[in-house]
Amino acid sequence: MSATVTARREPGGPSANVSSRRLTERVFRIREFGIIAVLVVFVAITMSIQPSFLDEQNIQFLLINTTVFALLALGETIVVVSRNVDLSIGSVLGLSAYLSAGLFGEHHGIPVPVVFLAGLGIGLACGIANGLMVAVGRVPSLVVTLATLYIIRGIDTLIVGGNEVTAQTLPAAFTNIAHASAGGVPYVAIAVAAVIGLGAYYLRAFRSGRELYAIGSNPEAARLAGIGVGRRVFTAFTISGGIAGVAGVLWAAQYQTVDSLAGTGYELTVISAVVVGGVAIFGGSGSAVGAAVGALLLSAINSALNVLGISQLWLEAIAGFLLLVAITLDRVISVKLVAALRRRSSGVGT
Amino acid sequence: MEPDLDTGSVPGGPGGEVSGGTAALLRSAAPSALRWETGLAILVVAILVFGAMVSPQFLTSGNFFNTGVTSGEVAIMALPMTLIVISGEIDLSVASTLGMSSALLGYLWSKHWPMPAIFVMVLVLGLVAGLINGLLVTRVGLPSLAVTIGTLALYRGVALILLGPNTISDFPAGYTNIGVLPIPHTQLPYNVAIFAVLAVIFGIVLHATAAGRSIYAMGASPAAALFAGIRVKRIKTTLFVVSGMVCALAGVLWTFRLATAVQNNGYGEELAVVAIVLLGGVSIFGGKGSLGGVVLAAVAFAGLQNALLLTNFNQEASGIVIGGLLLVSVFAPNLAAMRRTGLPRWARFRGGHRSPAAGTGHD
Repeated sequence: MSATVTARREPGGPSANVSSRRLTERVFRIREFGIIAVLVVFVAITMSIQPSFLDEQNIQFLLINTTVFALLALGETIVVVSRNVDLSIGSVLGLSAYLSAGLFGEHHGIPVPVVFLAGLGIGLACGIANGLMVAVGRVPSLVVTLATLYIIRGIDTLIVGGNEVTAQTLPAAFTNIAHASAGGVPYVAIAVAAVIGLGAYYLRAFRSGRELYAIGSNPEAARLAGIGVGRRVFTAFTISGGIAGVAGVLWAAQYQTVDSLAGTGYELTVISAVVVGGVAIFGGSGSAVGAAVGALLLSAINSALNVLGISQLWLEAIAGFLLLVAITLDRVISVKLVAALRRRSSGVGT
Repeated sequence: MEPDLDTGSVPGGPGGEVSGGTAALLRSAAPSALRWETGLAILVVAILVFGAMVSPQFLTSGNFFNTGVTSGEVAIMALPMTLIVISGEIDLSVASTLGMSSALLGYLWSKHWPMPAIFVMVLVLGLVAGLINGLLVTRVGLPSLAVTIGTLALYRGVALILLGPNTISDFPAGYTNIGVLPIPHTQLPYNVAIFAVLAVIFGIVLHATAAGRSIYAMGASPAAALFAGIRVKRIKTTLFVVSGMVCALAGVLWTFRLATAVQNNGYGEELAVVAIVLLGGVSIFGGKGSLGGVVLAAVAFAGLQNALLLTNFNQEASGIVIGGLLLVSVFAPNLAAMRRTGLPRWARFRGGHRSPAAGTGHD
């Protein structure tokens, strides 16, 4: 929200450009700084109570647990930044997890990368369907993806029936993905971090990425500025779907048993992580790195409860409370920032 | 009531032509709303015919009872949701409020509280839950979508804390009979009767009172409604509080119907509630819709699920049909609107005050 303000100011004129850009950077720093600070403080407190929190094994566990959510958070960020929302990711993940992991049972010796490509394809197909309806049909994404949440889960249920993919049918090369590590850091966490880094760079540095922010700040202004709003939004949904498809394959590698309920309810957890990570729910601001840290924070809380011997029952309430605190703080900061900007721009302008 | 309406529904329009323009707007909107409900009525009849064709059991009183009793609570929660969506907000925490109320009911019963005192506590809990939503949305100025995703997790979390993995099911038969017995001398399940009574009350409030017209006005244009002297924040807070209390009531009914208090009661039903409201012709942007449409949609929803159940169609997969209906419900009016105006409706998405940054757009 706060970045929305600065982004709108930027085209104001060359004289305002430098100062507002500096301010933009500062705002971006504040947004991510806030969530990272919370994470660091949280880890420090937990560690001071229970040093085993930072055991190699525990960290590994934490990172692996975060990968699926952090990946989904990247896709959701790209969509939310453009003032849309993708509620269908949990269903896409479930469908992709079953169909792709099921390939191992049907075609013995199928290479693992092919299975990942299959998951990507399934996700892309779902994302394209969402994107077409939102961009061409011009209907609100909340409704479209609520509908596809139902429809894709329904298709999944029809295909799966009472079956499930079991661990025995999966080759070791596949299930090891979730556990192999280099120097204590799981490969899969490195790969996901790289993907998130690419995504963050795309959103921040590429023209089409910046245009997503512009669309999210003000769709009508973006259209008048000559941005192909429909095309960009379509791309955002396609990417989100593709990512959810790949996340489904990772999910299958991690949990190894896939039934028709895989990924149920993930959409709201992921949106929580994204919003906690500083992405404004009505678009125009936030970063992929923030969203990933949001996902990491939620996982860390989960893990800390475990280590501290606090009942897991508290997890959901804490996550919800944290989300409310995050958006309230963000609101307070953005109100202050708007006031500061007003003072500053009136000072520069006259 | 008249002045509210006139100034409320035309954003920023000064002068005498305002009321004339509004009247024209209403006249053009009325037939299309009528058509929507006609369409829903036809859909309900079609479902009845379909159900009767696929199963001889469908049109039996026993099946009507079953259909009603399993759909009652979701339909009840759709009533306050209708008003909230028309006012331009959304409440995704409804099913969690139901679950939290159910958990409190079970928890207090296991602590040997008397039932009347439990009912009071559960309703107070619903009130508090709604008040938290309402205050965060109206006084702090946060988007209701984000707030209620947060309280969705928070309230479900409270249910988890209260009950943990326990199941409380030793409720007295006098209460749990509502799941199997109709109201004496009728065929109606209790929750359907309560739905009917509440539907009439909500219908009157929405369609025949000044407060109801204000809800439409603030959904169509929050700024204009505010300038017209409508207490936007107070009414919206009230709507969330009412929603919380109605969901608490639904939680009590749900618990007794299943004779079970467990932390995941009603899990995920918020999406079904939203689906019913949207299928009922309520615009997700606010300002449009009718309670009659939502009642018809609730009937269609229940009938369809039941018919699919009787056809041995995998019941979980009924989401395909429900999702498809939802898409039709959102595409049909949009295609008509696009033909008329050529303007994308979603360009207005952030027109309201629900966006925190909207205030900065006007300076």
